Amino acid sequence: MNAQPKTMLEKVWEQHEVVPESSETPAVLYIDLHLTHEVTTPQAFTVLRERGLRVRRPDLTLATMDHSTPTRTEQVFGGAPITIESAAKQIHELEKNCAEFGIELLGLQSELRGIVHVIGPELGLTQPGKTIVCGDSHTSTHGAFGALAFGIGSTEVGLVFATQCLLQRKPRTLAVNVKGTLRPGVTAKDLILAIIGTLGVSGGTGYVIEYRGEAIRALDMDERMTICNMSIEAGARAGMVAPDETTFAYLKSTPRAPKGEAWDRAVARWKQLVTDPGARFDREIEIDASSLEPMITYGTNPGMVIPITGSVPASGDKAFDKSLAYMGFEAGAAIRDKPVNVVFIGSCTNARLSDLRDAAGVMRGRKVASGVQMLVVPGSQQVKKAAEAEGLDLVFKDAGAEWRESGCSMCLGMNGDLVGAGQYSVSTSNRNFEGRQGIGARTLLASPLTAAATAVRGRVTDPRELLAG
Amino acid sequence: MEPIKTIRSRTAVLPLANIDTDQIIPARFLRSTSREGFGKHLFSEWRYDESGAPRADFVLNRPEAKGCTVLVAGRNFGCGSSREHAPWALTDYGFRAVISTEFADIFRNNSLKNSLVPVLVDEATSAWLLANPGAEVTVDVETATLALPTGKRITFPIEPFARYCLVNGVDELGFLQSKAADISAYESRRPV
Repeated sequence: MNAQPKTMLEKVWEQHEVVPESSETPAVLYIDLHLTHEVTTPQAFTVLRERGLRVRRPDLTLATMDHSTPTRTEQVFGGAPITIESAAKQIHELEKNCAEFGIELLGLQSELRGIVHVIGPELGLTQPGKTIVCGDSHTSTHGAFGALAFGIGSTEVGLVFATQCLLQRKPRTLAVNVKGTLRPGVTAKDLILAIIGTLGVSGGTGYVIEYRGEAIRALDMDERMTICNMSIEAGARAGMVAPDETTFAYLKSTPRAPKGEAWDRAVARWKQLVTDPGARFDREIEIDASSLEPMITYGTNPGMVIPITGSVPASGDKAFDKSLAYMGFEAGAAIRDKPVNVVFIGSCTNARLSDLRDAAGVMRGRKVASGVQMLVVPGSQQVKKAAEAEGLDLVFKDAGAEWRESGCSMCLGMNGDLVGAGQYSVSTSNRNFEGRQGIGARTLLASPLTAAATAVRGRVTDPRELLAG
Repeated sequence: MEPIKTIRSRTAVLPLANIDTDQIIPARFLRSTSREGFGKHLFSEWRYDESGAPRADFVLNRPEAKGCTVLVAGRNFGCGSSREHAPWALTDYGFRAVISTEFADIFRNNSLKNSLVPVLVDEATSAWLLANPGAEVTVDVETATLALPTGKRITFPIEPFARYCLVNGVDELGFLQSKAADISAYESRRPV
């Protein structure tokens, strides 16, 4: 009877079916954790008010502010007003809504505030086997713990507020098997960029990805989060990594993970989640980590990516040519040694402590090249504090970089941290779409190592050149 | 939600693949707490020049695009962010359907909740539509068919419950609320 082997997705899915799907209706799926922020919730709160509804499970809901928030210390902690009026209004509105509906808010001056996908794991709220949603596509990050986590729109935010459930059809499963070992100077960011380059920006559409294999098992939790974070850039709403001792060791010391006997019971339950031997995926691909080099994007979607030693490919496609024209690049040209204007270390992809350590390791004793602006924005206030305890802030500041308060910042520029028109930015974030970092801004996605090496040289640099010395 | 059964319109054509949500509605316009008024910012960077004047060569600024309620675009339309502001901008502008060979998952979900019909077609149909801007098409949501002026009729896939919601103008909230007893029962057996 129980002989049918199951994938991790199937197990988590079945555990959350309030009502299974039928040909007429999708499944009613229960949500264990609803993360919320200032940008995609106001319209959902309006619906609650219009219909006289309450938030069903405020205890399973957490709010913070990250997208529109300032990163300048004086605007966060007082002394200067928030320069963008509409951003200030959004922040104020969230404060009001959380107070009215009884939702815990890690507000602007909270020491636990940060990018929503950084603080969920840091607090230990992100746990294996949970269903986690947020009005943000990078909710896929939390899948690194073996959770089923995906982004939703504001209407769905309202549905979860009111009922703690969503109507969903079960997605297909895609196994990304990664064998081998990453070489020195090649990071999780390079691996996920290579995976997106292989799958294409819509190769994962309709699927939940499970990242598997020895190279994935060897990654720490920060690295697994970087991988799962960018699942959506391949079109997959969610990415997952099976929980293991690395996962449990990370969670054990977090403040809101289960404690005592509850911890033991939870770990026993979590160990059952892994995909059974012989379970079938709808699709599988293989990647060899050992053959990878540092990767960098050259176009206006994350699938337009090459090894840093490579050159821009050619294509007759209209969108591809438009993209190269926007970037000011030509087919056949190298990206390495291209001069840059801005380097951004930040975002839910690469602004955790290990990312800052990577970047600081390259920067230590070196200077940001003249004419280059470098912005370092920690993923959370806790990351900032931990980095400062190690003196990483001084490494960046001594080099001439700006050290800011946490937030999404220059990843999407909603808070006014922008890249100028025509300028080149090497960014550790997740999207190089046209105008993403500012009108006319040209974004090259890369790892924290590559970004830091580029800041030092003032031109796109293979980090292995600086690591070797 | 506004019921939507049939859409008849000339098409406006954006013949590009991977049109992302940052193009549909740039992030700086998301600092609003309302769901109204996003249409004027739709495709903002492509539609207006640095001074804010309409770019004459952009498809939506051409006289023949006026009044079109069906948009035809290249594959993987709506990739990127979960911002529901993308379908809000498209519907506020006046679009009622988007035709493509592929839609990003979150965008498609958000569209279905906002009376915007994602019409998924095969490569050949897409190629014909991209090559024939301004074609008069009919999208019949009840039968899930797209009719071309050539007489060709194409069935497109649409999740049955989503179609029911579109045609009847009902949203998912009422359905979920009707499951309150099941939700409570689930909560009582749920591991902590």
